[in-house]
Order: sequence, then C-alpha cells, then structure tokens
Amino acid sequence: MSPQEHTLQYPLTQTAPLEPPQEWDELRRGCPVADVHLPNGAPAKLLTRHEDVKATLADPRFVRDIRVGTRPEGAEDDPGDLTRMVPSTGEEHLRWRRLVGRWFTAKRMKQLRPGMEQIAEDLIEAMVASGPPADLKAGLGFPLPVFVICDMLGVPARDRERFSRWSDILLNLTRYTGQEMRESQQEFVAYMSGHIEAKKTAPADDLISALIEQRETEGDGLGDTELLGTAMGLLVAGHETTANMIGKMVAMLLADRSRWERLLEDPSKVRTAVEESLRADANAGFGLSRVLSEDTEVAGEHLPEGTPVVCSMAAANRDERVFTDPGNMDLHRVPNPHLSFGAGAHSCLGQALARTELQVTLEVLLRKLPTLELAVPPEELEPVEGLLVGGLREVPVRW
Amino acid sequence: MRITVDQDLCCGAGQCVLIAPDVFDQRDEDGIVELLDPAPGPELKDDVHEAAAVCPTAAITVDDG
Repeated sequence: MSPQEHTLQYPLTQTAPLEPPQEWDELRRGCPVADVHLPNGAPAKLLTRHEDVKATLADPRFVRDIRVGTRPEGAEDDPGDLTRMVPSTGEEHLRWRRLVGRWFTAKRMKQLRPGMEQIAEDLIEAMVASGPPADLKAGLGFPLPVFVICDMLGVPARDRERFSRWSDILLNLTRYTGQEMRESQQEFVAYMSGHIEAKKTAPADDLISALIEQRETEGDGLGDTELLGTAMGLLVAGHETTANMIGKMVAMLLADRSRWERLLEDPSKVRTAVEESLRADANAGFGLSRVLSEDTEVAGEHLPEGTPVVCSMAAANRDERVFTDPGNMDLHRVPNPHLSFGAGAHSCLGQALARTELQVTLEVLLRKLPTLELAVPPEELEPVEGLLVGGLREVPVRW
Repeated sequence: MRITVDQDLCCGAGQCVLIAPDVFDQRDEDGIVELLDPAPGPELKDDVHEAAAVCPTAAITVDDG
C-alpha cells in the first residue's frame, strides 16, 4: 500500500454534479484505508473498497454512530437526540428491528403501490399544468416521499414544511450551530410526543397507532422513548433520502438521453434501472460511520479500538473488483450488489419502501411524460452543500 | 437447485421477495424471510441467484447441484 501524501478533507469534492470525486479510484487502488479530516476537524479513516465497506458495515462488533465528526461541540448530550432513543446494538436492536420491520415488508409496499401511483400522477399533472419548464425536485421528487411517509405515520402532510426544516437541521453537517440543533430537536420531540398522545386516545389506520396497539395486545412492543425515536427517525429517514434520490435518478437517466429512450422502449427494465441509479449515485452524501469497539484489521492495516471509520458506499459501488465497467450506467446490471442501503443487520429498514417509490416514480414519469428532458446541461446542475444525504438543488426539466 | 435461508441473519430487507416472489416471502409478524419453495424450477434460477447475490446479510444459500 502506498503511503498517503496528505490527509484528505472529507467529504471529498466531486469533479462534476453527477461525477465521482477523482480520488475514489486512487484510494481504492492504492490507499483503501485513508486518513481524512471530518467537517468538525476530527481525524478518521475512510474506506472505499466494496469488500471493506461491506464487511465493516455488517460487523456486529462495530458501533454505528451517525454523529462521528459531524456534530459541533455541545450537540452531543441532548436528550432529544433520536439516534440514542432507539436501541442500536445486539439483541435489543434485533427486537426493535423486527417489531418495526414487519411494517416495511415488500408485500406491504406492494399494497401501497396504487396509492403511490395516484400521488405521482397528481403531482405530475400539477407540474404539467404550470410548466414547462419545471423543477422536478420541488414538483415531484420532494413531495412524493413526504406524502407517502406522512400517510404511513398518520401525521398531517400540511405540517410538511416544519418536518422539512427539522430534517434539514438534523441531517446537516455544517450549516447550523449546536444551539440551533438542540432547539430544533426539542421542537420536533414536542411535536411528535403530542402526536403520539393523540393517537393513544384516537387510534387510526396508521403505523404509529399500530405500534401502540402492538404493545398493548402482544405484551411486547416499543417503550415510550423507543416509539418516539422510531416515529421521529422514520419521518426524517422518509424525507431527504428518497426525495433527493428521485431527483438524482431522473437527472442521471436524462443526462444521457439514450438511457431514457431505452427505458421507454422497454419499461420492464425499470427495476434494474432503479438499482443502477442507486449504484451510480456519485453524490450520495457522507456515507456511514462506525466506531471500532475493538482492535481490528482492514485491508491489511491494523486499526486500534476507538478508531472512527467512515464507509463510503458510493465509492464502494464503483469498485471494479465487483462491478464490470463501473463508470458505465448499465440499466440491466444483474446482480447489482450495491451498498447504497448499507449492509448487514443495520441495512436500511425502509429500503423496500424507497425502492417502490423510485420504481413508481420512474414508471409514471415514463408513461405520462415520455418527452421529458433536462432543461439545463447536466454540468450546470448544482449539488446541495453540507447535508449527510447528497442531492441536487434543483432538477430543471421540460417536456 | 436447493435453497436454504438463515432466518437469524435475515434483516427483512425484502429484496428477495421483490425479485422472486414465488420463492421467497416475509413473515407478517416480523418481516423475516420465509421460503415458499426450497426447490424451484430452472426458470427461476436467475432470479434466485440474483436474490442471493444482493441479500444485504447473505442469508440465502443456493446449491445448484
């Protein structure tokens, strides 16, 4: 392994809005365990190879910690910190995962499909009524997952601007102070606690009511803090991630319009096209952090207990050891073992939901707006800055 | 083709059900994988292999013998 000349500043800078940072290839080839400085100045190790990222994310000995290197001083001890409200390791995590996971199965997502299709059609019709051009992110990418998760949780979609602000502050790396984060978390906790109390007295056909009922009828269920943390976590997770991914997916498919045309010819490729968009997303955000709970070895390098490690799933998704011609978008790539939803016991709980939303969005767009194209050259798309979740500011389109 | 699944490893991602719904299902009570057909016909071979390859916890094993 070649020695690293200097410590990199993380996150790395992309060469173009849809293109990866130039360091990824070099790091995977010669420096798979790289020294980086995180946004708050803390040192960490960056992993970029598929094998290492997958093994580290899936290793039950390593503790996930979303706050590694991202939180300013003073934000650590907040009782409303939702990452501490839900069990994150071992048997307790497994129990939580199974209690909540039953609501996110592939079958349940299939049942939600017609509702999602209707939302997508309505949003596209509203976009058509006032355009072209239009910002596909504001008109479709953002509202669709928000409407879906609000509906699932039974929270009113009219409060979505507040949720968006709380999500943005919670998922931002650099823009807000510790004080702003604390206040925002307290507001969010107060809002969601009130919502849960209301569901206890007036249950409805939604996930929060079901989780409350589950603990009353089955004797095993989420405690109050777990329920609050789960509801807050699902609302945040259901927000920025898929919302940004819809915009990036459509931008990638339109940046080289032959991709869009291939899907128009053969819409049965939508499923694999969605997976390939998830793999090829070079603007995926921060990645996932782990703190090593004991000494270990990664790619031949000894890492002592306590080392903060950042796993770049997006870099791993372009590892030529696993993916043939990784720089090329192959809309029929099978299998596609990308790591965009993580790996192991902590891999994304909502992945069947996200996949279904992405598939539905793409199917409805292809059907309703076959002439869709980007309204700006791809190199003029602007990435959002400083979010844990990467995205584009706007996705200007016409048809 | 013989398939086995490890329910202790499964994290309920549901990829296998989305890819091969005639072979895999998820339990209603916890979302954990359930094998509907441990020995499906050759026409499902590609789907089953894809499901095994993308499982985030490597909970699916396929024996082609």
